[in-house]
Amino acid sequence: MNKNDDLPHPARRIFLRDVGLGAARVGATAGACALLASGGQSSGKQAPAAPASFPTEKYDWTKHRWAFGVDATRCIGCLRCVEACKRENGVAQDAHHFRTWVERYVYLEGEEKPRIDTQADPVNVEAAGSEARYRFANRYENAKVEKAFFVPKLCNHCTHPACVQVCPTGANYKTADGVVLIDQEYCIGCQYCVQACPYGARFFDPVKGVSEKCTWCYHRITRGLQPACVEVCPVGARVFGDRNDKDSVVSRFIRDNRVQVLKPETGNAPNVFYVGIDKEVR
Amino acid sequence: MEPLFHATPFTGYVYPNETVIPWSVLIVVYPYLTGLVAGAFTVSSLYHVFGMQQFKVVSKFSLLMALCLMVCVPLPLLLHLGHPERAFNAMITPHLTSAFAIFGFAAAFYVLLLMLENWFVFRPQLVQLGKTGWRPARWLFRLAALGSDDVSETAMRWDHKWIHALAVIGIPAAFGLHGYVGFVFGSLKSREWWSSDLMPPIFLFSAVISGTALVIVAYVMSCKLRKVAIDLGCIKGLAYTLWGFLILALLLEGIEFASLVYRSREGIEMIMQFVTGPLIIPFFVLQFGIGSLVPLLTLTYLVWRGVGGRALVVAVTTSAVLVLFAVLTMRYNVVIGGQEISKTGTGLLAYRPVLFGREGLVAAGSVLVVPFILLLISLRVVSPWTEEATA
Repeated sequence: MNKNDDLPHPARRIFLRDVGLGAARVGATAGACALLASGGQSSGKQAPAAPASFPTEKYDWTKHRWAFGVDATRCIGCLRCVEACKRENGVAQDAHHFRTWVERYVYLEGEEKPRIDTQADPVNVEAAGSEARYRFANRYENAKVEKAFFVPKLCNHCTHPACVQVCPTGANYKTADGVVLIDQEYCIGCQYCVQACPYGARFFDPVKGVSEKCTWCYHRITRGLQPACVEVCPVGARVFGDRNDKDSVVSRFIRDNRVQVLKPETGNAPNVFYVGIDKEVR
Repeated sequence: MEPLFHATPFTGYVYPNETVIPWSVLIVVYPYLTGLVAGAFTVSSLYHVFGMQQFKVVSKFSLLMALCLMVCVPLPLLLHLGHPERAFNAMITPHLTSAFAIFGFAAAFYVLLLMLENWFVFRPQLVQLGKTGWRPARWLFRLAALGSDDVSETAMRWDHKWIHALAVIGIPAAFGLHGYVGFVFGSLKSREWWSSDLMPPIFLFSAVISGTALVIVAYVMSCKLRKVAIDLGCIKGLAYTLWGFLILALLLEGIEFASLVYRSREGIEMIMQFVTGPLIIPFFVLQFGIGSLVPLLTLTYLVWRGVGGRALVVAVTTSAVLVLFAVLTMRYNVVIGGQEISKTGTGLLAYRPVLFGREGLVAAGSVLVVPFILLLISLRVVSPWTEEATA
C-alpha cells in the first residue's frame, strides 16, 4: 500500500513551516515528508502559494485536469474494483467503509421502482461469507427481471465540492489538477464534510479519527499510473485520464458519449461522468 | 472493549457509508446547550436592556446560568471530534466558507462577553468577599475582582452603564450565535430534512423558549430550596414570554414542515414514510403533542383567565418542564432524524443510541449535567438573589 495520498496541502505546509510550526508536524507520513522537504526547500522563500511540483518533483499539478468516466453498460458487478481499492488504500475491511462501491439496479416485472443493493447489503455479505469479501448474491434467481444494471460509484471530485466548502480547517482542499484531497494530519474529525457530501462518498475512519474518501489513487496518478479500480476493471467500465489531453481515454469518453453526472441539481459539478444509467440512479 | 463504530440498520437503499451515523447524541446536546444560553440571556436582557422590572428577580440568576452553560457548549463538540487536540486548527487557519469555522470565534467572543457582564454584575460581591473570611480565599476574591475594589455610587453607575452596554451587544450576539447553529444544519443541501432557510429562526425561537423554560424551572426550584416566596409577577412575566415565543416557534416549525410537504421535491415519499412511521412517537406525540401543544394550551388558558397564585406556579412550571423536554426532542428529531433519511432518497436508517462510550447517552447526559454543577458551585460563592433578599 502506498501512503502518499491524502497529502497535506502544500501551501499550508510551507506556511506552517515558515512560521515555525513545521516542527509540530513531524508525524507526517514518511513519503510525504521526504518529498515535500526536497520540494519545499527550493520554494522556501516563496509566498505560501501552491508549488508547481506536487506531490513529487517530477509532477506538475498545474499541467493536468483529471476526470473519471463510468460506462455502466459495461459493468458486470464483479467487484474487483472494490477489492482493489480496499487493498490499495488500506480501507477498513468491513461493510460500512468504502471509497468505491457498486450498486445493482434490478427492475422486476410489475414493479415501477428498482430494487437497489450494493456489495455491502447484508444479504450480499452473507453470500460472500465475510465482510472482507465482495460478491452480489443471486437473490433474484426466481424472479422475473425486466431490466438490470450495475453502477460503480466513487467520489465525484466535484468542481464545486460541498465537502471542501464546509471544512472548518481547510484540511479538505482541491488540488490544481482537480482532485479533492484530505490532509489527514490536519483534519479535526468533525465529520461536517461527511454530512455535506450529497453522494455518500465520504466516511469517518474510526481508527485514524479523520475523514476518508476516494483520492482517485493520487499516489498512483501522479506517477503516471491508473487508479487501482480502473487498473483492475476487466471490462473497461471505468476510465480515467487527463482532460487537458484531447486524445486521452477520458476526453474521448466524454466527447464520444452523451454523458451525465449524478445529482446535477446540487451545483457540485461532479467530474465523474456516467454513461448508461437511468433516472433512478442518484 | 468499545466497538470502533456502531452500524445502523436500514430499510430500502442507503449508500454503504451512511450506515455509520456521523453525528450522534453529542451533537444533539450541542445545539440544546447553545439554545439554553441564548434563552437564559434573553430573559436577563429583558431586565437589563428593556428594563422590564418583573424580570429583575431572575436577571442576575439567568445571566450566571447563561455563563455556566456557555462555557460547557464546546464540550460536546470536543468530545465528538476525532482529533480534539487539533480543535484549534479551525481557529489558526479558519476556512471561512465553513459555517463551523466561525464557531471558535463566536463562542470565544460570547464567553468573554458573558464573563465580563457577570463580572460587572457580581463585582460588588467579590469586593465584599475580598474583605472578609479566610485569608487565602480573600486573596482569591481580590484577584477575581481584578483589584478593582471601588464600590462607590459613581463606580456603580459606571458598572451599570457597562452592564447595559454588554447586554445590548449580547442580544444580537446570542441570537447570532444560535441562528448560526441553525445555519450549520439549514445550509446543507445534501439533506432535505435540514436544508431550509427557516432553520436559523426555528433554532432561535426554540432556543428562547428552552432558555426561558429553564429559568422558570430553576427559579422555582431555587425558591423551594431557599424557602423563599416565589415572585408571582416574575413567573407571570416568564409565562408570557414563554407563551409568546412558543407561538412563534411552533408557527415557524409548522410553516417549515408544511413547505417541505407541499413542495414535495424528489425523495418526499421517503420523508413521508419517515414522518408517518418512525417519527410518529418522537415528533407528533412527544415533541409536538405533549411537549408543545399541552404547554401552549395551558399557557393560553393562564393568560386568558389571568390565573394567579399557586395554580399559576404549578401550571407554568409544568409547562416549562414540558417545553424543555420538547426542545430536547426537537434537537434530537432534527439532528438524528436528518441522518435517518438516506441521501439516496430511497432508504431509511434506524438509529439506536448506545448507552456507553464516547458517543453514548451517558456521555451526552453528563455533558448536560456539568453546567448545572458549575452553577451550583457558583451559587455557593456569589448570590444572584441579593436584591430580592434585601427587599
